[in-house]
Amino acid sequence: MDKHLTEILPAEDLLHMYEQTALCREFEESCAEQYTKGNITGFLHLYSGQEAVAVGSTKALQQDDYILSAYREHAQAIVRGAEPKRVMAELFGKATGLCKGKGGSMHLFNPELKFMGGYAIVGGQFPIAAGLAFATKFKHEGRLVACFFGDAAVNQGTFHESLNWARVWELPVLFICENNFYGIGTEVHRSSALPDIHRRTCGYDVPSERVDGMDAIAVYQAVRHGAEWVREQSRPYLLEAMTYRFRGHSMADPGKYRSTAELELWKSRDPLVNLGKRLVEAGIADQAKLDALRAQAVAVVQEAVKFAEESPWPEDSEVYADIFM
Amino acid sequence: MAEMTYRDAINLALKEEMRRDPLVVTWGEDVALYEGSFKVTRGLLAEFGEERVRDTPISENTIIGVAIGAAMGGLRPIPELMTVNFALLAMDQIINHMTKIRYMFGGQVKLPLVIRAPGGGGSQLAAQHSQSLETFFMHTPGMYVAVPATPADAKGLLKTAIRDDNPVMFLEHELLYNSKGEVPDDPEYLIPFGRCDVKRTGSDVTIVAYSRMTILALAAAEELAKEKIDCEVVDLRTLTPLDSETIVASMQKTGRGVVVEECWRTCGLGAEIASRIYEGCFDVLLAPVQRVSGLDVPMPYSRKLEKLCIPQVADIVAAVKETMSGKY
Ligand SMILES: Cc1ncc(C[n+]2csc(CCOP(=O)(O)OP(=O)(O)O)c2C)c(N)n1
Ligand SMILES: [Mg+2]
Repeated sequence: MDKHLTEILPAEDLLHMYEQTALCREFEESCAEQYTKGNITGFLHLYSGQEAVAVGSTKALQQDDYILSAYREHAQAIVRGAEPKRVMAELFGKATGLCKGKGGSMHLFNPELKFMGGYAIVGGQFPIAAGLAFATKFKHEGRLVACFFGDAAVNQGTFHESLNWARVWELPVLFICENNFYGIGTEVHRSSALPDIHRRTCGYDVPSERVDGMDAIAVYQAVRHGAEWVREQSRPYLLEAMTYRFRGHSMADPGKYRSTAELELWKSRDPLVNLGKRLVEAGIADQAKLDALRAQAVAVVQEAVKFAEESPWPEDSEVYADIFM
Repeated sequence: MAEMTYRDAINLALKEEMRRDPLVVTWGEDVALYEGSFKVTRGLLAEFGEERVRDTPISENTIIGVAIGAAMGGLRPIPELMTVNFALLAMDQIINHMTKIRYMFGGQVKLPLVIRAPGGGGSQLAAQHSQSLETFFMHTPGMYVAVPATPADAKGLLKTAIRDDNPVMFLEHELLYNSKGEVPDDPEYLIPFGRCDVKRTGSDVTIVAYSRMTILALAAAEELAKEKIDCEVVDLRTLTPLDSETIVASMQKTGRGVVVEECWRTCGLGAEIASRIYEGCFDVLLAPVQRVSGLDVPMPYSRKLEKLCIPQVADIVAAVKETMSGKY
């Protein structure tokens, strides 16, 4: 199959996906370091291990499709095109941050990129995604809304309300579940009567499928297909990407509820390593090329940290700004 | 000017604004085909069609969330909550999302949406359908709160709300829907937010009220006038922004104040207004500010008991007399 990689995507796109995966990984690992140093405070949820979902999905979407996500969304924003230095500055709480330091890690937002927010109330983004889909349909813009969420969010009422609503109003929403098997420390089967999340849409007549979320190319293909369907039918569709986070739920979580064996098994499927391997096997890159891309990612992230460190804090007067227009 | 009901004034404001701006849309439970459970949306489906006037599932949180998303996407939605009691099912989208999104995203987005919600007590609808939740909304930064008392105010405030680029909670009083008054025909009749309306001038006591309580306050003032007590009635019109200046200016004139609130007394908006009066003009006060409030109980059904729980004209009269009694 790998010989045919270039039949799925041109080599330059595949290399770009590797570059993005490396950037996300380096960014998140750097965040962990900055958190330890006290430069990043508050909640910090890292994405390492799940990169294939953001990278594969974003590649498959059109640039003016809307994207919404939860609070584990640095990579989603960066892959969409948000400047790493402005994301890092946001995490530092600096005035140059993506949201002027008012949102922090969980609330990235970049309307020019149609990145419509990170939301930290589990399940809060579902109805908002449906509303954006209504607006874009109403205005005949031809966009769809990609709504990312975790496996544990499907037990919120908003998931069910919004799936039902999107089907009744025939809204172009592509629901993408990042099933990393845990909501904090609770494994899916301990909270969901039906742990196969993609099967939970049948009550709303919404088609769905499951995809390997450790494989950016598989995600790309599934999202392509799902997005085409959503656009053609103007109806919702749900994808369940099976993935894994390599770190704890947040920086506060040592992750004691899962075994080393389980973690090692998933690490053996590391999306960064695997994508690299496939590119080499397909003759698209050699190890030196991959190393260079990785080094480039490290440099971008170092620069982002420097930018964040050197950026000014927000003025005190900012505290009252942006409540009302 | 034309005489019309509060219901029709709201209906007219909706129609005028929907005619003016094709991006104004409305939805809610039984809003379209059934024309609203209080018939406020009568004729909208027929005139504007099913793209713009929409029935929804009974999913209050999503009714608001979809409006937030639609507002982000460039529309100007007016979601209706069948009654304000059901806003409690939507508090996540209202408080955690609607009022936070602009701020936490660094001012990069505007949310021009108006939540319309009928509420208030007095129809023997019992504990779950008679609440006055205005303080909940007023307490939370990030939304405006409008509380019209008359048909003209209902029209002018709603039109302002629809044209404003911020989220507005527009609280209609169920017992006012059939009340009548003169309403300006002018399609540009807009009432600015954050300005109280002095609905009656007087020199002895200031009565601060809003929504249906304003109507009761005016009736109380009439009665008191017979006893040569001259009341000024200050109608808040919007709770956020709150026009403390007009309240304090009136108090500076009268030195005596009564605040009338339909909500529960404990931590109710009357306490906030009394506090602003103390902060603003303590030196001129001739008596402690009196509060006439809803009783701190879940609303009972029996009309005999219900009456005890909602401020009555007689309660306002008594409170005004209390401030005049000199017994403190
Ligand atoms: C409404 C709400 N309840 C609880 C929480 C606390 N909380 C934050 S993340 C989380 C688990 C969510 O897990 P999942 O949806 O699988 O996403 P993941 O963290 O795995 O990416 C919980 C319970 C919250 N933020 N919001
Ligand atoms: Mg999870």
